[in-house]
Amino acid sequence: MSALHDTARQLLESGTAAVVIGYGEGTAGSARPLFVRDAARAGELVFDERCVHNLSVYLLKPEVKALGKAAIVGQPATLRSILQLASEQQVKEGDVIVLLPETEGGVRQIGSFAEIEEAVSEADAQLSPEEKACLDEIAALPRVDRWRFWQQEFTRCLKCYACRAACPLCYCAQCIVEVNQPQWIPVPPHPLGNMDWHLVRAMHLAGRCIGCGECARACPVDIPLNLLNQVIEEEISGQFGAHAGLSASASYALSTFTTGDKDTFIR
Amino acid sequence: MIEQKRMPTASMGALFQRLKAGGWRIVAPRAAGDTVTFGEIESPDEMATGLVQTTLSSKSVVFPMWEELFRFRHGESGAEFRDVDEAIMPTAVVGLRPCDARAMQALHAVFTWDSQDEPYLRRRGRIALLGLSCAQADDCCFCTSVDGGPGDATGSDLLLTALGDDYLVEVVSDRGRELAALAGDLLVAGADVDKAAYLATVPVRFDAARLSTGLSKAFDREELWLEQSLRCLGCGACAYVCPTCACFDIQDEANRHGGARVRCWDSCGFSLFTLHTSGHNPREMQSQRWRQRIMHKFAYMPERLQVVGCVGCGRCSRACPVDMNLAEHLNAIVESVA
Amino acid sequence: MAEFEPKITAFVCTWCTYAGADLTGTSRIKYASNVRVLRVPCTGRIDFMYILQAFAQGADGVIVSGCHPADCHYTSGNLHARRRWVVLRRLLDFVGVDTRRIHFAWVSAAEGAKWADLVNSVVSTVRELGPYDEYRQAIPAHLIPGGTAA
Repeated sequence: MSALHDTARQLLESGTAAVVIGYGEGTAGSARPLFVRDAARAGELVFDERCVHNLSVYLLKPEVKALGKAAIVGQPATLRSILQLASEQQVKEGDVIVLLPETEGGVRQIGSFAEIEEAVSEADAQLSPEEKACLDEIAALPRVDRWRFWQQEFTRCLKCYACRAACPLCYCAQCIVEVNQPQWIPVPPHPLGNMDWHLVRAMHLAGRCIGCGECARACPVDIPLNLLNQVIEEEISGQFGAHAGLSASASYALSTFTTGDKDTFIR
Repeated sequence: MIEQKRMPTASMGALFQRLKAGGWRIVAPRAAGDTVTFGEIESPDEMATGLVQTTLSSKSVVFPMWEELFRFRHGESGAEFRDVDEAIMPTAVVGLRPCDARAMQALHAVFTWDSQDEPYLRRRGRIALLGLSCAQADDCCFCTSVDGGPGDATGSDLLLTALGDDYLVEVVSDRGRELAALAGDLLVAGADVDKAAYLATVPVRFDAARLSTGLSKAFDREELWLEQSLRCLGCGACAYVCPTCACFDIQDEANRHGGARVRCWDSCGFSLFTLHTSGHNPREMQSQRWRQRIMHKFAYMPERLQVVGCVGCGRCSRACPVDMNLAEHLNAIVESVA
Repeated sequence: MAEFEPKITAFVCTWCTYAGADLTGTSRIKYASNVRVLRVPCTGRIDFMYILQAFAQGADGVIVSGCHPADCHYTSGNLHARRRWVVLRRLLDFVGVDTRRIHFAWVSAAEGAKWADLVNSVVSTVRELGPYDEYRQAIPAHLIPGGTAA
């Protein structure tokens, strides 16, 4: 840990970074996002298996950008989001310093997209066996039961938009739910409006979602939203061979095509 | 004058029967996986037990997640309107915590301070609150810091405290007496009992008076609000799980035949909450919205409505994806003014 | 009791399928009249929300049709659309929407007969599936297609 503290301290003292975005101690032994702007507080940073939040969501917040250059503690999901944001022109080369805690306790400091690309691998983009099992379990249900399952989940949705707020790739200044001419997505949390919202969000993230699961973690009523994104990512990687968040310059799957794209259902 | 009675734990099922026979439907904590919300149940077996607190609050019995205000449609000679004619069934809310019962008072203050909110009042007139004292608390609870407590009877019509084989039943209000009459012989006399021995311990986390003083000087302390709110995502979960948050949005929803005007929950934490038609947004930054949340609940509401807009239930802190622990933040405000 | 007649909403592109449907008419080919045609410039314009809106507003089945790949009037709109449909179908199927009620096709301006066959086949399939009431159970009372009981 001390390598992380030293690196953070050094970045702040030298003025190379105005803020270090990392993790700190939270309530009841949990970890939570921490913003260190004062070098004297660098010692508050922690990094261990509790640190799962995808901190890249903060990179596009105006309040954080206003602080100045950020150094961010990276784990695979964070790195992939940064690359995806870069491919969407939301983060420029050199905008952010990434601190990669290493297993022996050291910290590697990287800044260029090439270095970040090297630090992630296609293996990170695969669904874990547990995730695959979850998906398959639902997919194996008869259609009517799948409908009932999701309708029940959607009934709990409050339209609090925590899923949207927690997602690093949901950065639209005016989200589709805020378009009211026409009101595409019903505002009140009735099942129809909720289903429309979740399907829209999944489609707008298709090919862009890097699978960090923040949406499901943020949901106050435990709807397994990430499954919607994961089923899409599985389809996209299977059909088009594309993965989000592996390159700072890739075009995403739904804004490109090849003439060799296949389908089995178009007459 | 609060009357003390007892009810054997085993009589809960019979109590439900008596309530239902008396025309009441019963709403209580109900589990859906890890989430516990208030929903209609038929028997005590369906009640979620062993919780510190439910995920969503019971405010939905008087202020639902969404509700129709009126309907409209294309008639032959123009628009036709119809008031929502929903018969509101008398609803007994069983198992809400003392903090939630207090929260009803804060909601009442908001919905009756300048105009009398009809949809709210229609529901409020038909509910009964059967509170349940807290035997457990966690690090997010802070009812004792906002004048409440794990066995506080304020706001409940009947307050039950689990004593082991039976419940202490405190009959608090007229509505409580009405229900006690319905319960009839299920309620028996019992020896005086020291309730405190059966309650959770909730340490005071901050001094409310010092908080009040601190807030009166805090509006322009931009660095304080920035520091506290940097990790806030502006997600809205806190407002939605909160038993006293009452902000709402009004939407007209229709297809080409007609539709309804609908009210639904909203949150001052959303970035576009205060966006004006002109494009100006007086609360453009999350720090301003965080300040608003704190000031509204702990300064403006006490000042103008004589009620604190927070009961220390801790749901906001539990629901927050980035651990914006409210008691911790409030304490930090108090300490920073010391 | 009258036999159920499905309502089919069709989203078609101007340059190929709409023209093809015109040809069906001018060729005097008779086909099922259950379809309401909505014309857009290109299938690339079709937002998946259109399909959901169609079901929410009373459709029992949906047809989406445009130019064959390589024939798009705007060069590549239909190629983008194809990718979108692949993803959409998987998502809708996963949440239990009845994808047997959503049909995709490439119908060119010269394929008047194909359009008729397509519509007839979709109508027949959806007639057998019955009304899509299951979807409408998610709709709140004030938005039920056909008007509210005001």
